[in-house]
Amino acid sequence: MSLFKNVTTKPWERKGVIGGMRPEGAFDTEAERVALSFFLIIASVVFSLFTVSYYIRMELPDWQPLSEPAQLWFNTGLLVASSILFQWARNIVARGEQRNLYTALIGAGVFAILFIVGQLVTWQSLQSAGYYMTSNPANAFYYLMTGLHAVHLLGGLWVWSKSAIRLISGAEAKDIKLSIELCALYWHFLLLVWLVLFALLSNT
Amino acid sequence: MALAVVIFVLVVATIVFHFASPWWFTDLAADWSTIDLTINITFWVTGFVFIAVNLFMAYCVWKFRQHEGHKAVYEPENAKLEVGLSIFTTIGVILMLAPGLFVWAQFVTPPENAAEFEVLGQQWQWQYRYPGADGQLGTVDTTFVSQSNPFGINPEDPNGQDDVVVNDPVMHLPLNQPVKALLRSNDVLHNYTVAQFRVKMDLVPGLVSYLWFDPTEAGTYDILCEELCGIGHFMMRGSVVVEPQVEFDSWLAAQPTFAETQNMAAPSVAAGQAQYAACAACHGTQGEGNQALNAPKLAGQQAWYIERQLNYFKQGARGGEGDTNGQQMTAFANMLTTDDAVRNMAAYIASLPDNPAEPTISGDIDNGYDIYDRNCAACHLDDGAGTWYTDAPKLAGMSDWYFVTQISNFRAGIRGLHPEDDYGEQMVWMATAMADLEEIEDVAAYINTLR
Amino acid sequence: MAYVPLADRDHEMEMHHPHTWIGKYVWSQDHKVIAIQYGSIAIFTGVVGLVLSLMFRMQLGFPDTVDFVDPNFYYQAITMHGMIMVVYFLTALFLGGFGNYLVPLMCGARDMVFPFMNMLSVWVFLLSVIILMASFFVGGGPTGAGWTLYPPQTAMEGTPGHDMGIILMLVSLAVFIVAFTMGGLNYVVTILQYRCRGLTMMRLPLSIWGIFVATVLGLFAFPALLVAAIMMLFDTLLGTSFFMPAVIEAGTALDHNGGSPILFQHLFWFFGHPEVYIVALPAFGLVSDVLSVHARKNIFGYRMMVWAIIAIGGLSFIVWAHHMYVSGMNPYFGFFFATTTLIIAVPTALKVYNWVLTLWEGDIRMNVPMYFAIGFIFTFIHGGLTGLFLGNVVIDLPLSDTYFVIAHFHMVMGVSPILVLYAAIYHWYPKMSGRMFHEGMAKVHFWLTFLGAYAIYLPMHYLGFLGVPRRYYALGTTDFIPASAQDLNATITIAALIVGISQLLFFINIIWSLKYGKKADPNPWGAASLEWQTPDTPPAHGNWGDSLPTVYRWAYDYSVPGAHEDFIPQNTPESEEPTVSDEHFDPDHDKSLADV
Repeated sequence: MSLFKNVTTKPWERKGVIGGMRPEGAFDTEAERVALSFFLIIASVVFSLFTVSYYIRMELPDWQPLSEPAQLWFNTGLLVASSILFQWARNIVARGEQRNLYTALIGAGVFAILFIVGQLVTWQSLQSAGYYMTSNPANAFYYLMTGLHAVHLLGGLWVWSKSAIRLISGAEAKDIKLSIELCALYWHFLLLVWLVLFALLSNT
Repeated sequence: MALAVVIFVLVVATIVFHFASPWWFTDLAADWSTIDLTINITFWVTGFVFIAVNLFMAYCVWKFRQHEGHKAVYEPENAKLEVGLSIFTTIGVILMLAPGLFVWAQFVTPPENAAEFEVLGQQWQWQYRYPGADGQLGTVDTTFVSQSNPFGINPEDPNGQDDVVVNDPVMHLPLNQPVKALLRSNDVLHNYTVAQFRVKMDLVPGLVSYLWFDPTEAGTYDILCEELCGIGHFMMRGSVVVEPQVEFDSWLAAQPTFAETQNMAAPSVAAGQAQYAACAACHGTQGEGNQALNAPKLAGQQAWYIERQLNYFKQGARGGEGDTNGQQMTAFANMLTTDDAVRNMAAYIASLPDNPAEPTISGDIDNGYDIYDRNCAACHLDDGAGTWYTDAPKLAGMSDWYFVTQISNFRAGIRGLHPEDDYGEQMVWMATAMADLEEIEDVAAYINTLR
Repeated sequence: MAYVPLADRDHEMEMHHPHTWIGKYVWSQDHKVIAIQYGSIAIFTGVVGLVLSLMFRMQLGFPDTVDFVDPNFYYQAITMHGMIMVVYFLTALFLGGFGNYLVPLMCGARDMVFPFMNMLSVWVFLLSVIILMASFFVGGGPTGAGWTLYPPQTAMEGTPGHDMGIILMLVSLAVFIVAFTMGGLNYVVTILQYRCRGLTMMRLPLSIWGIFVATVLGLFAFPALLVAAIMMLFDTLLGTSFFMPAVIEAGTALDHNGGSPILFQHLFWFFGHPEVYIVALPAFGLVSDVLSVHARKNIFGYRMMVWAIIAIGGLSFIVWAHHMYVSGMNPYFGFFFATTTLIIAVPTALKVYNWVLTLWEGDIRMNVPMYFAIGFIFTFIHGGLTGLFLGNVVIDLPLSDTYFVIAHFHMVMGVSPILVLYAAIYHWYPKMSGRMFHEGMAKVHFWLTFLGAYAIYLPMHYLGFLGVPRRYYALGTTDFIPASAQDLNATITIAALIVGISQLLFFINIIWSLKYGKKADPNPWGAASLEWQTPDTPPAHGNWGDSLPTVYRWAYDYSVPGAHEDFIPQNTPESEEPTVSDEHFDPDHDKSLADV
């Protein structure tokens, strides 16, 4: 039943049990996935608001664009690799298999950690090149937005580490299936956010 | 039941209060009767809804109260009625919004012939700038801001040289001449409000905002800051004098241009020294002060402050009723007949060696610190050095007993309430931070630690 | 995948049943306990906010009589009062308190979908309150920048609490947002996924609709505050210039350049305006249910009420700049925002009409909650109508930043939601505690609160018309403000003191009745919605005993023609319902209303 039809029904005219065991209008999936979807929307709102602020602040006269170091391409590669590995892990658990799961899951996390390390290295090289946070709002936005992205990734890594530990301590694929699926979704989201941020930062 | 009656009574009481209230818009002094008209329309529309809906509700509460044998009617909805009510509401909204937008369109487009002037807000005072003969204001930048150039006018900009600068909270405007105010701030948000003109707009650091109006009634009106701008917000006052063009022109001609303020001859310390002889009898040869003669220490005080206070004594803004010591001072201040003489005197006093005065007051230093840090430091700074920027004199190392008498005078309304004392009322109210003599002495004792 | 009844987690519930006192009342994952915890913390901060308001009201009414209210404290008090009341009191109490309590019960679920996260939410909320309150004890005290925290003054010398106070405020807000997000996700997902069998969205009581839409608003609006807070923290701590333009502090140029104070205002109000509805929508929902139950009549125009809630929620995201008409932003924005703002009046007015029409031809029981609910309609009409003044951009010119604004928003999002809170607390108190409150005391509490509040805020509008500015420590000598304005201020203060002190009646009543109140009937008001149909009163952990309820009808079957009683609980199957043969029943019952 469509949402529109749903809210236009006259509830006082519909008596009796409606729907099966599942209440009408509920999403046909796990509550965790619904919650994560909402969270992703919220995170998108956060990043969008930063982006809007970025554009508004950019219009002001003291803005000096920051030329992003080439190393960011390398970092992007790391994050893409991480995302791909997570997808692989997801596909493995979706098939209910166990083979290569260890490689895929651990690999995904390791690449994500490498990405964060790469971001830190980029920060340092920018700092040593004299691009301080206070010298220009473009720099400040760069540090702020990449930092915020990394914090989100760290949050993901915390969940990842719990799954990884469970896997190492002998959990079955089906036990960590949901966790891996949701993590993979989150990873793809963060990759997308990063690509948008990267495009934004390097094109302005 | 009781509630139905009370709601009915409240509606009636609200109407009575509305018509009986002596508190209403000030008399309009600018050509914004359209705003008042929009308000009136909104009043009629909303007033009708207020009365109708509430009376209907009171009726329902009374009529359909619970009683034996009565049962509520089962009626889930009535689409026709609800649509009707929505349409009715929409009409009301349009009735209010249309004139509002129409008048707003007028507000956002100042007329071609509007004369421009600039309002500069800073913590916590107003200053004004009028374009000179060239009709253009010079460019500005905060980096140029200094005591001699509070507007931060670019000294290289030829357009700025003939700008008329009014470093005083009182501004003038010509009658029946549309004016566009360009609003600028040196520090935080402020808001330029004259209740009689109806319009207001924020001053935002980093950009120039505007508003316009056409003053139609001669008179003097208060300028209030209506955007919270820090601890002195409530006392950031100015006034605007609306007067016929001729009077306005002669007032404007008497104000210095930016170039004049920059090229003013340096005051003569020697000339000040010559005149100081009369002061030395009480204030001491080195301006060190003499408590026995009620003469405070002068040495070390900032020149702009000495200058301003001497002028206040001359104008009678200080040394009025209740201030017997101040009255003695009036005669001496009047010996300085010209503005230059006052400036020379201030310059000489500024040149005297500044040795901290001997403490004479003791009190609870911790409590004094608490009060000072919370309320006084915003203007007089943490070290009590004071600054021209907030019109705050130096306190540290000055005569502590004089501090106590002056704060007591502010508290008693003896000092600071004279209409010519533009910056005094701020202190009248800030001084309320010290509840009694004991607390004043606590603060004095704390200031004594700041030397 | 075979469907597992979502709302039923019997086996899991069993695992979580607490066995120790601490597990039951402190580290509890039971939504009802969490609701009480949320509510208690919120009410505690609300009392702090109330006391602060009485202190600065003393200064305004009787200047220079209270020793410790100096200009510095005055600004700190108004700032903290504002932020506490809006965020830490109203938002937390409506969503954290009532949201937590009612969502699982009204949805026929055993608990929230993520009980652990729910527990985390309340403790993180407590942390945010502790951080906020800590600012009273640090050097310089809490921030006095006004609850809107406009830069650049927040971090400048001339503002009270510009050093530690503002940082603690921003950190506390960020922590609050984390807490709210954890709670909010719970409410939303629970409402969407954990409704019991047969409970369609359109069968939900309006309380849930109000809480649902308000939570969604909160989830999307609080990020704006978070973004603004983060950027302001950077400006304050790290010296960036997101919001800080080149400014002079006490004669010295600060090391900032080019930032946009107005950008902050946009972000703040992009949060701040929906925030009004985050408070208002749950109030709308709760009051609808209270009115309906005590009028023994279904809420009039349920569908329109739902649409209005959704419409108001949606529109609330495109009206924010009506707080900024005189901020120095591009004045052409005024046309758009004035229009959207006045459009929002239409669904809002419709809600008011429907509340009043719910009373029409009802069988009104003047129980205590009903007093507050009807009082709410009165104050809300008043506050809503004055909003039309301020929303109409050109009228905002004279009235902005005057006492009119204060009076308006206190009427519409202070007094009105608080009257609903009282209505709701008295209404659900028997279910929450299993006891009845003392009726006489509650009625005295109502009269003092309702009449007192009107005595405070009605005259305040007129100070605003006169042009008396808000946020003034003292009026000083101003030609156009007559001495009588000060007398009026004194009167307002006296009324405020009476209202403030009369709230003690509420606390005494609630605490006294907990022990000495009459044992409550499981459904003392004869309400149809699910939360009154629990097997235990107060509901036990897990809410529903052995099996979850099944819902057969909407939540408003009151005075159904032909029914034995004047209400039919939602979980009563059709078979048990007497057949509709009552000759008085007329499904096209339009005539009576058409006459209105």
